[in-house]
Amino acid sequence: MHPIRRQRLLIVLLVVVGAACAVGLAAYAMRENINLFYPPADIAAGQVPAGKKIRAGGMVVKGSLRRDPNSLKVDFLITDYKAEVPVQYTGILPDLFAEGQGVVANGTLDANGVFQATEVLAKHDEKYMPPEVQQALGGAAKTAAN
Amino acid sequence: MIPELGHLALILALFLALALALLPTVGVIRGSALLMHSARSLAAGLMVMLSAAFALLAHAFLNNDFSVAIVAAQSNSQLPWFYQFSAVWGGHEGSLLLWVWILSLWTLAVALFSRQLPLDLVARVLAVMGAVAVGFLLFMLLTSNPFARSLPNPPLEGADLNPLLQDPGMVIHPPMLYMGYVGFSVAFAFAIAALWSGRLDVTWARWSRPWSVVAWLFLTIGITLGSWWAYSVLGWGGWWFWDPVENASFMPWLVGTALIHSLAVTDKRGVFKSWTVLLAIFAFSLSLLGTFLVRSGVLTSVHSFAADPTRGIFILAFLGIVIGSSLTLYALRAPAVVGAADYGWLSRELFLLTNNVLLLVAALSVLCGTLFPLVVDALGLGKYSVGPPYFDAVFVPVMAVLLAFLGVGPASIWKRSRGAQLWRPLLPALIASVLVGLLFPIAYGGAFHAGVALTVCLAAWVLFCSGVDLRNKLRHAASWQAGLGRLTPSYYGMLVAHVGLAVSVAGVGLTSVYTQERDLRVAPGQQVEVAGYDFVFAGTEPARGPNYTAERGVVLVSRGGRQLAELHPEKRRYHARADQVMTEAAIDAGFSRDLYVALGEPLGEGAWALRVHYKPFVRWIWSGGALMAFGGALAAADRRYRLRRATPVPAAGAEPVPAS
Repeated sequence: MHPIRRQRLLIVLLVVVGAACAVGLAAYAMRENINLFYPPADIAAGQVPAGKKIRAGGMVVKGSLRRDPNSLKVDFLITDYKAEVPVQYTGILPDLFAEGQGVVANGTLDANGVFQATEVLAKHDEKYMPPEVQQALGGAAKTAAN
Repeated sequence: MIPELGHLALILALFLALALALLPTVGVIRGSALLMHSARSLAAGLMVMLSAAFALLAHAFLNNDFSVAIVAAQSNSQLPWFYQFSAVWGGHEGSLLLWVWILSLWTLAVALFSRQLPLDLVARVLAVMGAVAVGFLLFMLLTSNPFARSLPNPPLEGADLNPLLQDPGMVIHPPMLYMGYVGFSVAFAFAIAALWSGRLDVTWARWSRPWSVVAWLFLTIGITLGSWWAYSVLGWGGWWFWDPVENASFMPWLVGTALIHSLAVTDKRGVFKSWTVLLAIFAFSLSLLGTFLVRSGVLTSVHSFAADPTRGIFILAFLGIVIGSSLTLYALRAPAVVGAADYGWLSRELFLLTNNVLLLVAALSVLCGTLFPLVVDALGLGKYSVGPPYFDAVFVPVMAVLLAFLGVGPASIWKRSRGAQLWRPLLPALIASVLVGLLFPIAYGGAFHAGVALTVCLAAWVLFCSGVDLRNKLRHAASWQAGLGRLTPSYYGMLVAHVGLAVSVAGVGLTSVYTQERDLRVAPGQQVEVAGYDFVFAGTEPARGPNYTAERGVVLVSRGGRQLAELHPEKRRYHARADQVMTEAAIDAGFSRDLYVALGEPLGEGAWALRVHYKPFVRWIWSGGALMAFGGALAAADRRYRLRRATPVPAAGAEPVPAS
């Protein structure tokens, strides 16, 4: 083969192999590491298999936050005004966490229907509402917020 | 009145940008030197107008003119003046103005430092940059005017800058990042001009090389500062979150890194021309995509200021036009450009091609992870999030392979290297780095750890190979001083940047594995031990800042009975933001470890939730970034690129061309 063509073929092959590797790696990594968002209504309706990593979010129910007096364990309820889901978390809550505010948490649902959060997401601004939560709440947020 | 002048300056800037995009183009088509010459003056005019607009906006911020909507939204009279100034780009509109202003600075810089370039090429390059400025100025004037007033009832006080942005790092992070983003517009403009003129030759690569390196070094500084800011301000002790907005700046960096390497091949050997042009287009397109992701409100984070659908559509359309037209031009013109290819399997060309492929694979996998949730959501298939595990899983293997090749690459020679010549000098480096890699985790951590072994081995490999290469370069010199003096700044730049990467990689690997974190409840007087350090929580006291009040914790750090530091983490309440709470971590920084303490929440009776982190080698991450940027500066300072002004255009080849 002509040396220039061979060289071009080589480049094309390298690029194809590289792209294939990227897509393969991406697909493989995606399989395990993407989390679907569920609103509380779906969780309460039993649509989430126990032990699967998911994201859950909603409004923190006013007056539901309880702290363990001896550790950093907290539990609270989240709601989309259709259903409430209990959440347990051990650690420091983000600065902007508050009752009556929207929140998103990563974690798994245990056998008792309690959401065991590994991470409670910080919001960047007091006006910010996680988009998933906003959509899950729909119009309910506006009427219930006040 | 003053804001209206600013608005007027923006409108004039738009007309100047239009003229800059059109007049030189007509000049090129008609062959009119007069019109082509107009490009330089128009570039200067554009810069003056945008500087005026920027200065007037800054004036409004510094004088608390709350009748201007964004001043009222982002500033406050009690904010210290330097934060009032940085609040200019603390929101969507102002940061766009900063973007275009920096674009005008780059445009003027090209106009000034291009005296040796053929006139028609300068005209083309400046016209392309003018067209980009038109796009952004239209965007600003139509959808996000920074000078919009909130009349007739302006608020008496501003809503204050988001406390997270009230940090020295945030004062310089956005300008640096934008210098990088926008800097790639120069490489882009050169690429488009080369395609347009059909003169896609080696000189083109030499001209755009220093510009790309400078843009790359600013982007490096910007990303490094952003990471450092996240670490010191967000209060979680993390330094990289694979947040979509971080990715938005990281993807142009990866492609830009590929670009500066590919430009080297095109410059020195005249091959990969089409590929290099494509990379220049990609790098700038990804910068625009980053702007789209950050500014359109499709992503929510500290960087996305407002979700206004018209803005998103405008940027998306602009992105479509830029990418679509430049790729069309590429498809039409690139096949005509044929480079003489003559290199073997073990040539430096092929090593650099491998570097390019790996960096593109890395950028592509980051792009996949960033866009996946958006695409799936747009198709109505559910709301997913792609977290750090994905990015770690795809990114780390690619980087490992890249580092392995990085050691060999500089030792290879152009055209073809002989296997034995390449391997023999590197063999001691290989043995040494494997040994260091195997021994380090045992010596430092007390137990073998595969991840640490691999990281240290790869970092040491890059370091040792750089050392071997330097020694080989000095082999034929009379003395090593003479040899060192003969080497070019761009060679030193490469060495420093590669070592910087190794330092960063070592920092990332060691911090990730050896960090110790404890979140716990502490009562005043209680002692906590983390990684051999004793932390005594002495309680909190009230403190006061210019626009906030705080609870300031006192934490005494000691080791083996000897006091090392007294740390003061704070929990601040910013009054103007409805008492928004912010955590100010306290850090005892060190060469081989940081001690990081942050207050969580008050738990009653003087007790607090306390976050105590021991983060070994975390500073190496940013030191490596600084080294990379310094390496870039050295390379860009190479005399080879310095186009002397005021000399008449010499014949091609008057610049010292290295023998190839």
